[in-house]
Amino acid sequence: MSEFSIEARGVSCERDQRLLLDGVNCAVGPGEVLQIAGANGSGKTTLLRILVGISTAYEGQVLWCGQPIAAAAGQYYSQLLYLGHNPGVTLTLSALENLRWYFQLNQIVADQRMREALAALGLDGYEDVPAYRMSAGQQRRIALARLLISDAPLWILDEPFTAIDRGGVQELEQLICRHARQGGAVILTTHHALNLDVPFDRLELAGAPC
Amino acid sequence: MLSAARVPGIVEAVRGTLRRELLLAYRRRGDVINPLVFALIVVTLFPLGIGPEPGVLRAIAPGLVWVVALLSCLLSADRLFRDDYLDGTLQQLLLSPQPAYFMVMAKVLAHWLVAGLPVALIAPLLGGMLALPAGGYGPLVASLLLGTASLSTIGAIGAALTVGLKRGGVLVALIVLPLYIPILIFGSGAVVAGCDGLPYSGHLAVLGALTLLAVVLAPLAIGGALRINMDD
Repeated sequence: MSEFSIEARGVSCERDQRLLLDGVNCAVGPGEVLQIAGANGSGKTTLLRILVGISTAYEGQVLWCGQPIAAAAGQYYSQLLYLGHNPGVTLTLSALENLRWYFQLNQIVADQRMREALAALGLDGYEDVPAYRMSAGQQRRIALARLLISDAPLWILDEPFTAIDRGGVQELEQLICRHARQGGAVILTTHHALNLDVPFDRLELAGAPC
Repeated sequence: MLSAARVPGIVEAVRGTLRRELLLAYRRRGDVINPLVFALIVVTLFPLGIGPEPGVLRAIAPGLVWVVALLSCLLSADRLFRDDYLDGTLQQLLLSPQPAYFMVMAKVLAHWLVAGLPVALIAPLLGGMLALPAGGYGPLVASLLLGTASLSTIGAIGAALTVGLKRGGVLVALIVLPLYIPILIFGSGAVVAGCDGLPYSGHLAVLGALTLLAVVLAPLAIGGALRINMDD
């Protein structure tokens, strides 16, 4: 695994005349897991959106391997797997069709590997069922199947445990541990008390006062 | 151990996006057929409203078919990016290692295939309902084939600008219709020239140039507009 790092330096962000993020610093490299915690409205999602470069209304710097992310975008996005609030599962398409399109953009993957990933997440038999016929948790699992398949070293996950059952939470935690042991990095937001076998950092967002 | 991910080439990504869009269009067949039915009904209304004298209809047919084609394209443009925006697909598209320019182009191409091309193909029927003179059919289809491509592309700019709004419908029309004017002028101009037995290749050449310009430049505007809408 090549060396990589994602780093936020003094990131501040104002939202509705309120200082949402005030000089946030964080850095993640190979093998590291960072949990971003904080109350509702403390700016967790905003910080992730800044880290992946969707949100550009901030002060400070976000660096990928020492370069600003805007300059290193092509390189950065080929190494990044981002799961947002809406993870990009199209309801009119089946589980397999969803994964196929995602990987046609991101990584060369054989169909067989996608079927295996879906099966591992308990979606065998649902490969060709349109996603709108599935439950919220199952739809979420379609998006999580990307984690099993992708070779991207950096995962940025926004509330990945939403709508996932208890067994699924454990599987996902194991997946995160495995990824870290293999030299990957994970940044995630969650309210849930993380139970990981690998050491991880916690960044508490204060949610700046009004 | 993790190895560096092998990123698919642009051709593969464009083909994948195109296939996805066409599949979605197939699953939502109603959305594809409705604008065509709309065009048919509107064209039916005119003889009923103005009276069936062929002389009158013949005079207005070229412009009318073009305006109806334009509105029918507009009708379907509104939804071009909205579903993808709502379910987060658009975010994934912009955060993929693929250049947004070509991904957007693939989406617009798919829109043209399911919205613009069918309008151009049923245009002779619309012309027939309005007693279009025989010389007009050739230039009608040719001008619509060329013109609908830019209608789709420019419509996509409007759709991208309004993607973050709950209801973009009328706003898209207000943004896009003024931009459609040159295409309408040269498109219906070609048909009028054809009806009068005059050469119309000049009109088509200008139309082709406009389309080329739109297809090359619009994806930049569309990509930019989508990024702005993500960034709030």
